[in-house]
Amino acid sequence: MADTHAVATEHEHSPHLRHHFDDMAQQFDSATLGMWVFLLTEIMFFGGMFCAYSVYRSMYPEAFASTSQYMNPKFGAFNTAILIVSSLSMALAVRAARLGQRKALQLLLVITMIFGLAFLGVKAFEYHEHWVDMKVPLFAGHWDYSQAPQFARQAQILFCFYFFMTGFHALHMIVGVGLLTTILVMAHKGTFSPEYFTPVEISGLYWHFVDIVWIFLFPLLYLIGHTRQLI
Amino acid sequence: MHSIPSVRTYVTIWAILTIMTFVTFYVAQIDLGPWNVVVALIIAFFKMMLVVLFFMNVKADSPLTKLFAGAGFFWLILLVGQTLIDYISRSWMPNGKFW
Repeated sequence: MADTHAVATEHEHSPHLRHHFDDMAQQFDSATLGMWVFLLTEIMFFGGMFCAYSVYRSMYPEAFASTSQYMNPKFGAFNTAILIVSSLSMALAVRAARLGQRKALQLLLVITMIFGLAFLGVKAFEYHEHWVDMKVPLFAGHWDYSQAPQFARQAQILFCFYFFMTGFHALHMIVGVGLLTTILVMAHKGTFSPEYFTPVEISGLYWHFVDIVWIFLFPLLYLIGHTRQLI
Repeated sequence: MHSIPSVRTYVTIWAILTIMTFVTFYVAQIDLGPWNVVVALIIAFFKMMLVVLFFMNVKADSPLTKLFAGAGFFWLILLVGQTLIDYISRSWMPNGKFW
């Protein structure tokens, strides 16, 4: 769509076209590629934690499995569903931006943020449950594993992974909501057009990436109960 | 740039992702021994591919972007795979075996 557009406006130069790009399409592809390079560093960031998790889970499978009774897979599945809905509305928001539907874009961004905040709300509730259950080894006096004392030390490893991995994921969600707030303000001001919607697209990539991290965190942290020996 | 996917496409992908979430939730309650985690990761992998190809629209991106996205996943496999191979092959596991 924008190909014809770009040709038509080439002589007058779109105000959004930087001088070092040939046209809007090239500028868009460069921005997308740049965002993917950033996402690669994010893959490595979370990858390190996933890697360490895999090693310790294979070392202490029974202890890791014993933690399942303190994780509620229903909350995890519910939050997964929430995030998938938010990803759908984000994808539709990008689509609306590309079609120049300003009202739809703003509405879909708000919906995405509401579902993102709902996810964080459920997460906060779960953290509170762990705090009450005395399953927070990060703070002295908030760890009690007398239910299965033989795993008391090893289960701390899983809960440390749990809090760091979900914590960093939640931090990324908060950053994502901040990003979308900025995009919403820009959309309100009418910055975006079918010719220029790069910030919406880029923020969408970030949002979907954070969704993917959760897609892996959910089975790895919540669904280990019934298995005794695993990777 | 690229053609714009229809709303129907996005909603279909969303429906498949939601169904797969329920599948992974219920399969986890069946004891498959060591295969539980394998099934869970295969489902997660397919969900990731759907999000990457359709929601992130890598399907329609330039070959260079596709290469970068693939490289990221490849490097992750190297990171986790090589580390685990080290742990398995050097008998570093506390119980003397991997499985």
